[in-house]
Amino acid sequence: MPLLDVQNLRVAFHTRNGVVRAVTGVSLSVEKGQTVGIVGESGSGKSVTCYSMLGLIPMPPGRIEGGTANFDGVDLLKMSRAELRAIRGRRISMIFQDPMTSLNPYMRVGDQVMEPLRIHEGLCKAEALPKAIAALAEVGIKNPEERVRQYPHEFSGGMRQRVMIAMSMITRPELLIADEPTTALDVTIQKQVLDLIKERQRALGSAVILITHDLAVVSEVCDYVNVMYAGRLVESAPVGELFRNPRHAYTRSLMRSIPALQPKGGTLYTIPGMPPDLAKLGPGCAFRVRNAENGYLCLTDRDPEIIEIAPGHRVQNCPGCLERGNA
Amino acid sequence: MSALLQLEDLSVHFPKKRGLFSKSHEVLRAVDGVSLEIQRGEILGLVGESGCGKTTLTRAIMQLQPITAGRIQLEGRDLSHLTATELRLARLNFQMVFQDPYASLNPRLTIFSALAESITARTGPLEYEDIKQRVAALMERVGLSPSAALKYPHEFSGGQRQRIAIARALGPEPRLLLADEPVSALDVSIQSQIINLLLQLRCDLSLTMLFISHDLGVVRFIADRVAVMQNGKIVETGHTENVMDAPQHEYTRALLAAAPGLRRTASL
Amino acid sequence: MTTAAATASGEIQGRSLWQDAWARLRRNRLAVVCIFVLGFVILFCTVGSLLCNWSPHVTNLDLKAKPPGYEETLDRETWLRHKYDDLAPEEEQRFAQALKAGEGPENVTLRHWLGTDTLGRDLLARTMQGGRVSLMVAGIATAVALLIGVTYGAVAGYLGGRTDDKMMRFVEILRALPFLIFVILLTTMFGTRLWLIYLSIGAIEWLTMARIVRTQVLGLARQEFVEAARSLGLPTSRIIFRHIIPNVLGPVIVYATLTVPAVMLLEAGLSFLGLGVQPPQSSWGTLISEGADQMETYPWLLAGPAALFSITLFCLNFAGDGLRDAMDVKTAKD
Repeated sequence: MPLLDVQNLRVAFHTRNGVVRAVTGVSLSVEKGQTVGIVGESGSGKSVTCYSMLGLIPMPPGRIEGGTANFDGVDLLKMSRAELRAIRGRRISMIFQDPMTSLNPYMRVGDQVMEPLRIHEGLCKAEALPKAIAALAEVGIKNPEERVRQYPHEFSGGMRQRVMIAMSMITRPELLIADEPTTALDVTIQKQVLDLIKERQRALGSAVILITHDLAVVSEVCDYVNVMYAGRLVESAPVGELFRNPRHAYTRSLMRSIPALQPKGGTLYTIPGMPPDLAKLGPGCAFRVRNAENGYLCLTDRDPEIIEIAPGHRVQNCPGCLERGNA
Repeated sequence: MSALLQLEDLSVHFPKKRGLFSKSHEVLRAVDGVSLEIQRGEILGLVGESGCGKTTLTRAIMQLQPITAGRIQLEGRDLSHLTATELRLARLNFQMVFQDPYASLNPRLTIFSALAESITARTGPLEYEDIKQRVAALMERVGLSPSAALKYPHEFSGGQRQRIAIARALGPEPRLLLADEPVSALDVSIQSQIINLLLQLRCDLSLTMLFISHDLGVVRFIADRVAVMQNGKIVETGHTENVMDAPQHEYTRALLAAAPGLRRTASL
Repeated sequence: MTTAAATASGEIQGRSLWQDAWARLRRNRLAVVCIFVLGFVILFCTVGSLLCNWSPHVTNLDLKAKPPGYEETLDRETWLRHKYDDLAPEEEQRFAQALKAGEGPENVTLRHWLGTDTLGRDLLARTMQGGRVSLMVAGIATAVALLIGVTYGAVAGYLGGRTDDKMMRFVEILRALPFLIFVILLTTMFGTRLWLIYLSIGAIEWLTMARIVRTQVLGLARQEFVEAARSLGLPTSRIIFRHIIPNVLGPVIVYATLTVPAVMLLEAGLSFLGLGVQPPQSSWGTLISEGADQMETYPWLLAGPAALFSITLFCLNFAGDGLRDAMDVKTAKD
C-alpha cells in the first residue's frame, strides 16, 4: 500500500472572475521512502495539489470538490481541522521556497526548531533543546550550541534553508513536502541543499514530494515524476523512463526548450503561446492550442483520460498529444 | 571588432554599517578591481552567485552607483570626464532589463505611457502622432500587439511583462543592454521565448548585451563569451565553450559541478 | 504633466490615471453618495447660514434652552439684530442705519428648528457657523498635511541616506516639541486668531503624514521600475511625482481621512482650553462638548451638532475608501 494515495483530486477557487479549476482530477501516489517530483509551470496546480491535502489553501475561496487522499490508509480530505493539525508538522512536514520569509524573524532559531517537538510531542524546553541542537548538527550547522540562540537574520539563505530542513525533519516525518526548496538559492547552495534533503531522507526513511519547475533538478533527485499542466496530470513515469521516453507533447516540448540541451546559434525551441486561463478553460485537451505539431488532433469535447502505456508510465490519452510508436 | 564598453580596474566599495556613534573604516568591496571589455555586437555572459557583486557592477555601469576607483569607457570615452548633460545622453546608451517583471514596471502607468516616456527620454518632446507610431513599432518589435498599449501592467502575464520591460529598455535606442537575470523569474516555456526574443533583437538592432544569469545552461546557449565573478572579482573570462568545457579556475569548476542537470541532461 | 509624452498618453486613451480613477469612482455608488452628502454638508454650513434668519450670536435669556421647533415672535429691532449680527463695528453702524430706515417686517414669527441653547441662541445657526469653522480647520490642516507631508516624506524617502537622516531628524525634533506649549507660545505672541489654529494644527499633522509616506517610499525607491526610470535619465522631481507618489496614494488617502476627525477634535480641545475658537463663536467641537454637559436636561443641545459631525465623518470614511480603491488600477477591471 502506498504511503500517500491521491485519487481524482479536484480543487477549485471561486473568485470574482469566475471559478478557477486549479486541480482537475489529479491522481498520484507516493511509496514509503520514495522521492516523487511534481513538475509544472506556475499556475499548473502543483502546489495547490499538495496544499489542499493538508488543508492549507484558503477556504473560501478555495474548495475541494472531490477525490480522496489516503495517507497511511486514512483520507486526509475527510479529517477535521484538529486531526489535520496533529498530522501536519509531525507526520507530514513542509519546506517552502523562500528561506528569508519562512522563518519568524523575531524568534530564536533554536525555539523555532524545537517548536514541532513541543507542540506535537509535548516536550518541555529542557528536553527539546538537546534534540534541536542535534538536529542542527545533522543538517551541517557548525557550533549548534551557540547558533540555537541566534536569530534568523544571522544566518545566510542557504543556512536558513538548512534550519528549515532541520525543523521539518525533527519529528521524523513519514512524508516531507518540499515546495521549490532551491529556487531562491544559488547554484552551489542549491546542490548542497538537495544533497542534504536526500541525505536526511535516507537517514530517516521519509518519502519526499518535490514540487519544482526545474526539470534538471527533478532529473537529479527524483525517483518518479508527475508532470502537471493546467491543473491536470499529463504524464507520470519513473524518472529514467520519463527522460528517455517522454510520451506527452507537453513533456517533450518542455524538455526540448531547455537551453542547455540545444545547439547554439540557432533559435531556441519554444512552446508557442501561454498557459491557459484556468477560469475560462473548457473541456478537451488543455494543451491543444499550444501543441504546434498535432494540435488539430487533440480532443475538444472531453478531458483525455489517463492510460498506463508502460509499467508505471501513465499519460493522458489524447490523440494529438500522445506519441505512440516512438521509442 | 572593437570594444564598445571598457571597464578598467573598476571598484565600488561600501562603508560597512555600524552604530550611531562609532564610525567604521571597514569597507565592503562589492566590486573590486574589475577589468572587462565588451565588444560591439557580442553577448557577454556574467556568471556568479548572489552577493558576488554582479548587480553592483551593473549599477555602476548604469551610473546609478558612484564608483570608488577605476574607469568606465564607452567607445574609448571616459564617462567620468563628461559634463552632466553629456553624461545623461551617454547613459541612455545603456539600458537595463530586470529580473522581476512584476517589480520593474510602474503599476500605475499604462504601457503606452511607460514606453512613451522611455522614447522621449532621448528624443525630447515629440508630436503625439509620432509617439503613437514609435510606441506601436516598439511593441511589435518585442512581439506584443499595439492594441494592448492602453492596458496596465497587471493585466499582462509575467512573460508579456518581460517583453514590455524589454521594449521600455529599447525606447532610448541603447547600444548596450544590461540584462540582469532576465529569465530566471519566468517559467521554462516562457523563458525560451524571451531568450529567442533577445537573440532576435541582437540580430535586428546589432545590440550588444551583458547577460547576467546564474543559470549556466542559459548562459551557455546565449553568450559568446563568459565572465565568472566571485567576491567582487572576475576570476575567469573566455569564450563560452572554452570556459564551460575546460574551466581553468577552481570556482568555475565548482559552479559547473553544482549546476543541476547539466551533466545528466547533456548525456541525454 | 509636463512633457509631450504625458499629455499624449492622456489623449490616446481619453483617460489618464486621474480620468481612470474618476471612472472607477463613479462605479462605487456608496462613495458617490457620500461625496454628495459631504458636498451638501458644506453647502449647508456656508450657503445655508446666509439663508438663515437667525444669528448664531444674538442671545435672549428669556428663551433659555427651548426645545426644537419652538416658535418666537420677533419685533423689527430684534429681527434686524439677527440680520446684522456680525461682531465687527461697521456691522453695528449698518444695524443703526437699517433701523432708522425702517427696514424689515414689523412682527414676524420664526421657528427655532433645532431649539435654542442655554443663552437663547438659535442652535441651527450656531451649528452652521460651527460647521464652517470645523470644516475649515479640517480642510486647511489636512491640505497642509497632505501638501507638505507627502512631498517632504517622498523626497526624504527617495533621496535616502544622509539627506533622509537629516530630514527625518528635523521631523522628530518638531514632533518632540509639546504641542500645547507651541500653541500657547503662538497665541501669546500673536493673540488668539483662528488662522493660528489652522497653522499650528497643520504644522503638527504633516509630521505623521511625512513619516508614513517616507516609509512607503523607502520601499518603493528600491523597486526596479524606479531604477528603470532613473536609467532613462528622468529628473528627480519627475520620478517622485510620476513614479513614486501615485504609488503611495492608497495609504495617504486613508490617513488623510483619519486626519480630518483628529483635527476637529484637536481644535475642540484647544477651544476648551481657551486657545482656539473664542466665544461667542463656535465650532462643532465646542458645541458638542457644551451639549454633552447638558445632555440629561437638554438633549437637543447635543443631538444636532453631534448628528452632523457623525454624518460628516461617516461619509468621509466611505468617500476615502472609495477614493483609495479608485486610485488603485488593480481594483476594478472593466
